[in-house]
Amino acid sequence: MVDYGRIASLWVRASMAYPASFWMMAVGSFLMTGLDFVAIWVLLRNVDDLGGFSLTEIGFLYGATGLGIAFADLFVGRVDRLGQMIRTGRLDTMMTKPVPLLVQVCADEFALRRFARVLQSSIVFVWASTYVDWSLPRALVAAEMVVSGSLIFFSLFVALACVQFWTADSSEVANAFTYGGNQVTQFPMSVFPSEIVKALTFVLPIAFVNWYPSLYILGRDDPFGLPRALQFASPVAAALFLGVAALAWRTGVRHYRSTGS
Amino acid sequence: MSLIEVTDLRRTFTVRRRAEGSRRKQRTEVVAVQDLTFGIDAGEMVGYIGPNGAGKSTTIKMLTGILVPTSGRISVAGVDPSRNRTTLARRIGVVFGQRTSLWWDLPLRDSFDLLQKIYRTDPARHRTNLAEFLELLDLGELLDTPVRQLSLGQRMRGDIAAALLHDPEILYLDEPTIGLDVVSKGRLREFLRALNRERGTTLMLTTHDLQDIEALCRRVIVIDHGTQVYDGTLAGLHERGGSHRTVVVDLVDEAPPISVAGAVTRRVEGPRQWLSLPAGASAAPVVAALAASYDVADLSIQEPDIEDVIRELYSRAPSG
Repeated sequence: MVDYGRIASLWVRASMAYPASFWMMAVGSFLMTGLDFVAIWVLLRNVDDLGGFSLTEIGFLYGATGLGIAFADLFVGRVDRLGQMIRTGRLDTMMTKPVPLLVQVCADEFALRRFARVLQSSIVFVWASTYVDWSLPRALVAAEMVVSGSLIFFSLFVALACVQFWTADSSEVANAFTYGGNQVTQFPMSVFPSEIVKALTFVLPIAFVNWYPSLYILGRDDPFGLPRALQFASPVAAALFLGVAALAWRTGVRHYRSTGS
Repeated sequence: MSLIEVTDLRRTFTVRRRAEGSRRKQRTEVVAVQDLTFGIDAGEMVGYIGPNGAGKSTTIKMLTGILVPTSGRISVAGVDPSRNRTTLARRIGVVFGQRTSLWWDLPLRDSFDLLQKIYRTDPARHRTNLAEFLELLDLGELLDTPVRQLSLGQRMRGDIAAALLHDPEILYLDEPTIGLDVVSKGRLREFLRALNRERGTTLMLTTHDLQDIEALCRRVIVIDHGTQVYDGTLAGLHERGGSHRTVVVDLVDEAPPISVAGAVTRRVEGPRQWLSLPAGASAAPVVAALAASYDVADLSIQEPDIEDVIRELYSRAPSG
């Protein structure tokens, strides 16, 4: 963790050598992600609700999943460059340093401009939160939701990048799950058929990123009548994801073949 | 117990190949190294040589924990490298001649600072080491240059300093002189010799350049097609390989084949003659005898080439 900070801060300092470039990238990234929510806002100006959820409720779901992927992307997003690090032999040199490999891979070329995504999601989340009828248990579930959501996306990033230990490049497939997972959870699950919701609960449980805890926080009944316990199960889902990611990473490293020379 | 111990080491790679006439890919096992057994004691300087694709890099990668062996045992400083890679990293230094472990876009100074932090090197110790290496490797003026702007030789010196700042017990060098000019090579060898003498650092280097070995290593291990074919002194290697040095003599006039003690005339072409003598022998008495009995216009000595030595050795090895 300490080492992550040290490597990351070195890259931040390096990127600050070109401040104009840094700010243009940061603002660009902020606007790109911002346009996302504008699209939903425009949609809801024309219809009253989506799957039975109002604009502020959707904003809450949107902000929650956005925060999850934004934190994961900020801290471990670089892992999708693993294939490139293998090809250039950079991974070999990282493996001879006394810092856990995953830390080095994720901190490499750390870019603070990715913080723009965190900022954008935070704004939507805070705005939507002002419409929530808060209580202490609800606040606790909200905190646990953001942490669990980040960890779930974090695990997805890592586990999917591990495929690159075997294949040269598979980042497009990985993106389908990570950013795709983010987009699916931007909408209330009630717009999807129940089969899909069940798959996103029991097969690839990304509905735990925001949907189940938000049902509790927003005081809504589960439209699919699934057990109420699920609304508190996000940390369990996160732990499962982390376990799978750790296993995939360890297996990948032990099967690493390096390059020719 | 030796500092580095390797027992029955084997590494294979599974390769998927399309068999001829078939559209399906088949899995084949390719042996990168097999039956490797050797020990290296603290303070030794060992040359690890072999042709391209012999398995040199694969061995170094297993010794540093990058690759997991298929079978066999490795112990470096008492631990299994692939299981204790990050712990072992503090005690070893690795330089890959073909790639840099420095941060490409950052100035050398930043790379060195970061290394001090991630290796948790004592700051005072780091400063003394850095000052010493900057001086010896002539890096002082390059500290603020981003790594990508350094020449190959400069980058190599930077990489070597980076690998040594944390006082490693063992330094692995994979082709450290590849692509360097003669002067840079000479200075690098001088530096490595001093490092071994003054700090007792154990050195293991892979190389193509026989002069690297001659300048640095009392011991060589030769590997070919993944198998160890020789382990001993360089002189012994020349002897076993039957390699020889060649004295090329230009006489003032054409003459019948020269006969001097200690050398055999191999070839005569007008006034030029080629004499060969065993690689371990000194050329001085031969040259003195030549000068005493013949009118010599010019003379040069050719050292044996590493590829030749290994080819000879390989063709003479009992079972290949």
